[in-house]
Amino acid sequence: MANPTATASASKPKRHGRHRHKHAWKDKHYRWVPDGECGWRVQGYVVRHKHKPRRGHHRGPGPRPADRCAPAVAVDRDPRPAGAYQGPFGAAQAKRLLDRAGFGAVPGQAEQLATLGLVGAVQSLTRPSGGAALHGPGPVDDDNNPIAPADAYGHDHLWFLDRMVRSDQPLVERMALVFHDWFATSNAGVSRQQQMIDQSNLFRSACFASFLDLFRAVTVNPAMLQWLNGAENTKQAPNENYGREMMELFSLGADRGAYTEDDIREQARALTGWDYEWSNELGAHNFHFDPKRHDTGTKTVFGRSGNWGWEDSCRLCVEHPLHPSFFVEKLWSYFLPQPPSAGVRSGLENTYRGSGWAIRPVLEAILLSPDLYEGPPMVKPPVVQLASMLRSVGRGVDTEAWTWLCEEAGQQLFWPPNVSGWDDSRWLDTSRLRARWNTVDYVLDSISVNAWSDSYSSTETAEEALARALASWGSPALRDEHRAELLDFAQRSEKLATAKWQQGPYRALRQNALLQLIGVSPDLILQ
Amino acid sequence: MRGHNCCNDYTRSQLLRSAAAEAGRGLPAIEVGMPEPAGTGLSRRSFLSWSAGLALAVYGASKIPLAALEEGIAQAAASDKILVSVFFDGGIDALSVLAPTGDPRYSQLRPNLALAPDAGTEFAEDPALRWHPSAAGLATLHEEGKVSAFPAIGYDHPDQSHFTSRHYYEIGELDVGFHTGWLGRYLDQVGDEDNPLQGLSMDGSLSPMIATAERPVAAIDSVDGYDLYSRVDQPISDEMYKSFARFGSLPSDSAGLSQVRRATAQTDKLRTDLGGLGDFTSLVTYPTTSFSHKLAGLAAFIDAGLPMRVVTIRAAGGYDTHADEAEDLSRGLQETCEGILAFQRDLEARGLADRVLIQMWSEFGRRPEENGSLGTDHGAAGCAFVVGSKAKGEMVGEFPGLAQLDGNDNVRVTSDFRAMYCSLLEQWLGHDAASVIPGASSFQRPVLVKA
Repeated sequence: MANPTATASASKPKRHGRHRHKHAWKDKHYRWVPDGECGWRVQGYVVRHKHKPRRGHHRGPGPRPADRCAPAVAVDRDPRPAGAYQGPFGAAQAKRLLDRAGFGAVPGQAEQLATLGLVGAVQSLTRPSGGAALHGPGPVDDDNNPIAPADAYGHDHLWFLDRMVRSDQPLVERMALVFHDWFATSNAGVSRQQQMIDQSNLFRSACFASFLDLFRAVTVNPAMLQWLNGAENTKQAPNENYGREMMELFSLGADRGAYTEDDIREQARALTGWDYEWSNELGAHNFHFDPKRHDTGTKTVFGRSGNWGWEDSCRLCVEHPLHPSFFVEKLWSYFLPQPPSAGVRSGLENTYRGSGWAIRPVLEAILLSPDLYEGPPMVKPPVVQLASMLRSVGRGVDTEAWTWLCEEAGQQLFWPPNVSGWDDSRWLDTSRLRARWNTVDYVLDSISVNAWSDSYSSTETAEEALARALASWGSPALRDEHRAELLDFAQRSEKLATAKWQQGPYRALRQNALLQLIGVSPDLILQ
Repeated sequence: MRGHNCCNDYTRSQLLRSAAAEAGRGLPAIEVGMPEPAGTGLSRRSFLSWSAGLALAVYGASKIPLAALEEGIAQAAASDKILVSVFFDGGIDALSVLAPTGDPRYSQLRPNLALAPDAGTEFAEDPALRWHPSAAGLATLHEEGKVSAFPAIGYDHPDQSHFTSRHYYEIGELDVGFHTGWLGRYLDQVGDEDNPLQGLSMDGSLSPMIATAERPVAAIDSVDGYDLYSRVDQPISDEMYKSFARFGSLPSDSAGLSQVRRATAQTDKLRTDLGGLGDFTSLVTYPTTSFSHKLAGLAAFIDAGLPMRVVTIRAAGGYDTHADEAEDLSRGLQETCEGILAFQRDLEARGLADRVLIQMWSEFGRRPEENGSLGTDHGAAGCAFVVGSKAKGEMVGEFPGLAQLDGNDNVRVTSDFRAMYCSLLEQWLGHDAASVIPGASSFQRPVLVKA
């Protein structure tokens, strides 16, 4: 097999040096935005075109999208199982569930979810029926054309982000993100973006069922076979890359005494046999198992000998006594900031073993756990914060800026930093928080007010200003001290307007500042 | 531990990224001897306003007010000696950097990847070895007696996990339980309470090598600009930033909240320090790569008297070359070695070369036998270099040859990385190694520094 040089599907466009184009044709467009219930209303907004727009080009809003949420069916699925959270389950708890198991609530959604009760709410997320529906306007690029996820650099990021914003099965998208991090694969080593998208869809289809099935599917997934050299691992010349990482990062963990260097070599032998073809047009394609490349000798893995193949390789890892503890702790870590207690962990391990390595029962137990509702908050990953903000302001994917803003904030989808995924302890430093600040500024494009028109109220009080800003953000809950600070800011700002002409414009500036401050407040950064 | 580069084809992504980052940038190229343009000098004090432009992230300074850091940096004594640690991420193939072309087994084990017997230049201290052509920068400095090479460095019972082995090197001990880096422990003992620049990572986030228990250290993202743009104009924006800063100083009741508050406070601090300084100037021409650009900035910082003691930076490229090794390795190695050579020349031109020593390392070497993907898998003994005008310039530990390998068919170790650390601490930083490196007394001290 030739050794192809993988190249990204498209070259990266030059990044904007500043935050927006200096010269732009401003153009009024119309779009559908949430009406606060389950439906939609038309909203006008200003688009900054890079080029002079053609006469009569489409300015929206297009056909009215389907309703965003189905009316809730109240099912009494309480009482709750032993070990589950036993406290009240109201809008605040439902909001936290949607934050951790999805991408936040659109206005009214948390209240609606709360009517299902805790168990019903969790199961509505973990047991979706049928395929996901995407509600609301589809994703477009800066020129208002549909995105090209397979072909344009960064549009794969927009594609996934759009699903986070619009899918009515948010936990499926959240799990696709979890497994994108768990089995972190990057465009950096994959010939086509479509293969990354296919892998992402694999995570969607397999995220609740058997971990062993998922593990096997990932092992021979074309993106992974390229990324960790699985298709370059042959009988004559084993390549240990996947054999090592499948144990260290995917199923058992390093430094736990779970495996030896010999086990890695033997696993590499068991995994031999995969191959693909290469053409400049298609990149790597036609991934297949070639028996001639497979080592048919006896391999001894974890002391168990046999003529193991790639499916055995995965099974032996999952059957390893140290796998369940690795699995439950890792899955838990995506939803809770502190590890489970020993008792909780061993309960989860039993659930996992007892179900034959099914993901859903463990996931449901995690989402029902008291720690999730009573424990401390955790920092949202950058794309989760962005998707949540877009949902709360009723906006979708309408600019390519979301890609580079997330990259600067430390999380460009399909480009994880390495095979161990993103480092959750490093979401916030001065450069990444600055990127979140800039992201909020971009989100404000759709909710900020024109500061220098004469039309803004010259009599709005501080309380009214804060209420208006919060409503624009979909009424997020704020900690008391943050609300107090924002009110204090609103009052301080009002005092600066001394001249008569300043009354309206300064209040408009104040409104935009409140919108910015809410967006970068700890309340919106934490989940 | 997460957050390390491992087992991917890192080079392509970095190239894509750096290509985007480099587009349009012209480096200030000033030939040696040309007068420095007026108004471009960087003073110790002006660094503080510039620090905004550096996206300075401060670690371990939560106990003191941020304003004190500014004072601390301004007041701290400039260290006489600075150690710059350069990390080849991914396990660089030592058998390509210093290729044993004179070893009869080399071409057998490396039918596709072996360096040609006449490639590069001869390594004078061992005629069986040749410098990779892409390491020409190092070869030049070696000829000048400014490079001490470790052709087979490592430790007993080598671990071939990137994460574990790198961790050993970072903490200076074969134990996974340590929470401070070996240079972090040094800083804890000699550092100031309020000078985060004493330990500086130039890769955006902190290198575990300089992770301290007590003393503040810092990371910078770039050596260029920073701001916090807002659509809100003055005077309202002044009040907005004030409230943003207060989000950072309110009390916290959870680790997550305090993480947000800390980052918020530091971000606003940087914003207020924004000073609008222009580019720094260099006395030599650096290659136009982001790695070299950082080193150019570093040389300017040292010249400005910034109080640094240890600095970490990742080498250009990625070295986990499981496939297509030849191309990836040579590109990254060349970028790195050209950058190091320019940095050394800049330091020499500025008269600072006697104050700076560079240490280059990787978590392990690679398997002598190539794999079937025109690459190599994880191995044991690797290479390291100590570079600078004050470097002793003598090889430490011989190249053990390929006739006899270890039990895993890897190159045998002839020097221990902890011995290198002990010598650097004692001979360069003037500090007792026993207080930093566990079991220091059991290591011989190679002479790494010229008397």
